[in-house]
Amino acid sequence: MANTALADPDAGLTQAQLAARYGLRVAGERPPLAEYTRRLWHYRHFVAAYANAKLVASFSNARLGQLWQVLTPLTNAAVYYLIFGLVLEQKSIPNFIAYLCTGLFIFNFTQTSVQNGTRAISGNLGLIRALHFPRACLPLAITVTQFQQLLGSLVVLVAIVLVTGEPITLAWLVLVPAVLLQTVFNAGLTMVVARMGAKLADLKQVMPFLLRAWMYGSGVLYSVTLFEENLPGWATRLVEVNPILVYIELARVALLEDAPVLNSSLPRLWLVAAGWAIVMGIGGFLYFWRGEQEYGRG
Amino acid sequence: MADQYETSNAVTMPLPRVQERIPTVVVDDAHVIYRVHKGASGGTSPVAALRRMVTRTTAPNIREVHAVKGVTFTAYRGEAIGLIGSNGSGKSTLLRAIAGLLPVNRGAVYTQGQPSLLGVNAALLNDLSGERNVVLGCLAMGMTPAEVQRQTPEIIEFSGINQRGDFASLPMRTYSSGMAARLRFSIAAAKKHDVLLIDEALATGDKGFRKRSEQRVRELRESAGTVFLVSHQLSSIRDTCERTIWLESGVLRMDGPTDEVVRAYEEFANGK
Repeated sequence: MANTALADPDAGLTQAQLAARYGLRVAGERPPLAEYTRRLWHYRHFVAAYANAKLVASFSNARLGQLWQVLTPLTNAAVYYLIFGLVLEQKSIPNFIAYLCTGLFIFNFTQTSVQNGTRAISGNLGLIRALHFPRACLPLAITVTQFQQLLGSLVVLVAIVLVTGEPITLAWLVLVPAVLLQTVFNAGLTMVVARMGAKLADLKQVMPFLLRAWMYGSGVLYSVTLFEENLPGWATRLVEVNPILVYIELARVALLEDAPVLNSSLPRLWLVAAGWAIVMGIGGFLYFWRGEQEYGRG
Repeated sequence: MADQYETSNAVTMPLPRVQERIPTVVVDDAHVIYRVHKGASGGTSPVAALRRMVTRTTAPNIREVHAVKGVTFTAYRGEAIGLIGSNGSGKSTLLRAIAGLLPVNRGAVYTQGQPSLLGVNAALLNDLSGERNVVLGCLAMGMTPAEVQRQTPEIIEFSGINQRGDFASLPMRTYSSGMAARLRFSIAAAKKHDVLLIDEALATGDKGFRKRSEQRVRELRESAGTVFLVSHQLSSIRDTCERTIWLESGVLRMDGPTDEVVRAYEEFANGK
């Protein structure tokens, strides 16, 4: 009515032609990959602020506040040490407590990233439906938050390692690239589960099982040599390339003098670690980007 | 009362028509169908969930709702358009489709720039202070840190949450619903949007804030934006919009000057 009442130079055009004439674009269209990446870079401050805010918020109701960032890994380590170090004593591993904590903290980094990642979209629908930003910011922010948590854990870990009598060596420096590779891997994986969790509400229920199975397959709680002794050869080869096991072994090699390892060849270990980071980092990003339009649907 | 509306319309109606009318939103026979989870009754256990994932069946209780059925219209730069209709007539769904958040199943929605949807439920982080929420919200809208720093005091000032003491430093969960809505509106209104979609946000807040927000909407329109307003309060539609679209059961029932459409809608609503 209001449209037709006026003499209009655009009269006679169909809606689509009108849109094309004035350069309008389809609402919510997915930007091309390069443009998307550029936008994501533009939003890096948002990722940092959001990650920081989440970290603060997660402790805001606790009386001890941010102290929990260190207390949580400590308590965890104490409980597992009680069970696996004292009750089910493991004699085969020298310095078991340090061995256990290294595995536990490194595994926990990926585990919590994945757990929170499944809710990255579904838990932030309010934000997603109100504001436009590249959605990849959310899983990335989760990875950054967990990375900050990991730094807290690493402080505890270094203390434990030193107290249990390990010497400080140059090999410790290797921990830095190892953790960075794992962070890239986690970012990719978090983006994958974020997209899957946005569509499959049931994923949240299944995740604890998958993660527990993954933990047992990563030799966190017991000696990794058990895999070689009890599994057929092909299964051992499979466990050897398990990404978390690889990252844990790198950390153990860096921090501990004589921890048992499954991958005896160090160059191969690094190759697998870097390979996983590249494949998962790029693959996860591409997979997440392809779903960009649908995240508001919930 | 009626006289009052007449005069307020007399002020807003003869807005100088821009010579060339530039369309900002073109909606072409849009159909939106979305799926609703009714809440699973058949097996929420992990095993049942796993079985569903493996067999690739969807949860048993999903129903499709055809909320918008073939709506066509064009919105121009500088217009404020009211969207009215009974509850469940598809108004909010249409806004989401324009914002690009719900993909259309048939037809198309074309927009200028990136429309921004401002709803009452657009929650930020409730555990964080109001001030931090402002910073996050601004960054999420794509502002640079320098801009954010400059704008934050203005936004808090505009929202008026500090009128009863220093609320900006308290977590947002301690806010009343009106205060939270005011802060959210203030954040979203801090940026210039090509197209701003407002879902009932102006209804919240006290009289003073309503005045300020209506003023802000007017400014946004003057800076060549287009504003859509969904509201059940016909008075706020009358005050801010000169054009109104009436949706009923997902179908565009009427599109024209606010006066005519609102009158027809009122007759319809009273006659029901």
